Amino acid sequence: MSRWGQKDLLGLEYLTGEQIEHILLTADSFKEVSTRGVKKVPALRGKTVVNLFYEPSTRTRISFEIAAKRLSADVINIETETSSIRKGETLIDTGLNIQALKADIIVVRHNASGAAAMLARRVDISVINAGDGWHEHPTQALLDIFTIRQRLGRIQGLNISIVGDIAHSRVARSNIWGLTKLGARVTVCAPKMLIPPGIEKMGVRITDKIDNAIQEADAINVLRMQFERDKTTAFPKQLEYFKNFAVTEERLKRAKKDIIVMHPGPINRGIEISSEVADGCRSVILEQVTNGIAVRMAVLFLAWQGRRGL
Amino acid sequence: MKNNNTKIQVMDAQAVDNALKRMAHEIVERNQDASAIAIVGIRTRGEYLAERLSLALERITGNTLTRGVLDITLYRDDLMISDSQPVVRETDLSFDVSTKHIVLVDDVLYTGRTIRAALDAFIDFGRPKSIQLAILVDRGHRELPIRADYVGKNIPTSATQVVRVKLKEKDGVDEVCVFDGDLA
Repeated sequence: MSRWGQKDLLGLEYLTGEQIEHILLTADSFKEVSTRGVKKVPALRGKTVVNLFYEPSTRTRISFEIAAKRLSADVINIETETSSIRKGETLIDTGLNIQALKADIIVVRHNASGAAAMLARRVDISVINAGDGWHEHPTQALLDIFTIRQRLGRIQGLNISIVGDIAHSRVARSNIWGLTKLGARVTVCAPKMLIPPGIEKMGVRITDKIDNAIQEADAINVLRMQFERDKTTAFPKQLEYFKNFAVTEERLKRAKKDIIVMHPGPINRGIEISSEVADGCRSVILEQVTNGIAVRMAVLFLAWQGRRGL
Repeated sequence: MKNNNTKIQVMDAQAVDNALKRMAHEIVERNQDASAIAIVGIRTRGEYLAERLSLALERITGNTLTRGVLDITLYRDDLMISDSQPVVRETDLSFDVSTKHIVLVDDVLYTGRTIRAALDAFIDFGRPKSIQLAILVDRGHRELPIRADYVGKNIPTSATQVVRVKLKEKDGVDEVCVFDGDLA
């Protein structure tokens, strides 16, 4: 098994397939902890994890908090609305202060792409990227990959389709990096104005026909339509999007029998996915949430280990 | 790295097998109700020894025994100071530990810290009726007040020596060797 040896997790672009595999294998082991009567191991006892979220989050923040607590770490949540950040303190100054308070790991979410990397360069403690702008959301992609592998037994050689607002999606970018490094064939599907230029250089196929994306797919990852991000007239209207791109039972009739349907949440029911599909037997959406804990436990554990240069 | 290895084989395959059979008889002697026993191996080599011990016990008692595997990586007290990155593996205790007398199995008993970690791990799973310890090799040099209930072989060693247990399932051969100097 490869050594991890990194203090930070900033994105899947910067990891090798072997390192991604290492995280997934570690997560496999941590999954069992959440099934115990006492859901706790002492691996990070006495360590402090700070969740620094500049953007709203329910799932990711709670998932990181639960993961840290299952490793016996102390967790501090910084609400940017009620902190000195409102008085104009910069991200770097906040990070340096958290370090001066002798915390061990910062989990950061920020609306600026590259924020986590900038912070990681300035502090000695571990930094984990919980989503930075449109750039990456590595732990979401890791739990997506973990879920696919758990359900379908492998990643190598699978056809994975990512459908939705690719242009604004850090989840899509992290998934593409991770899946292609592990040997999957990735197709992105979206209206033309939501396909970022040059994305084919990441080794993906592109289509603007949902049926093409569904037909050969072993797994389909449905992204939330981020209507709040784009107000241009070219942006599709909700009804129009549902009609042309939503994943529905009708469309899944033409899919492989054992296709799995994923969604990073939060779901816009009736826009990118029908309720029938979201709640149906092909959906692994809640499994993704559960797997997020094991994956984040692994990431916290490995990042702290990596900080010690192991 | 220094590699001044003088290898002394202290147990061969036959000796390992005999030791496990004897330990199985000792376990039966001490535990009248075999159905209340669970044999739990500590990863990695303890897992294989536990499996062999279970089979030996099943042959003696005619009962199928409950088995489990314990990974103590996350309970190690040197997790913060260890030079190597630990590989975490799964624990498998798919039974109610509170109803069982646990026989914990490992290959080498040395400082006792691995067993301390295993006891901590068990407490997180419940309250076993009792925990007994079966060890293939006791090499001494305890740093904690821990002793084995069943010992395959006591091997007096110096602190500078290395005891290496090899098992067919993992290493292709059954033997216990003592090395002088560092193992590269």
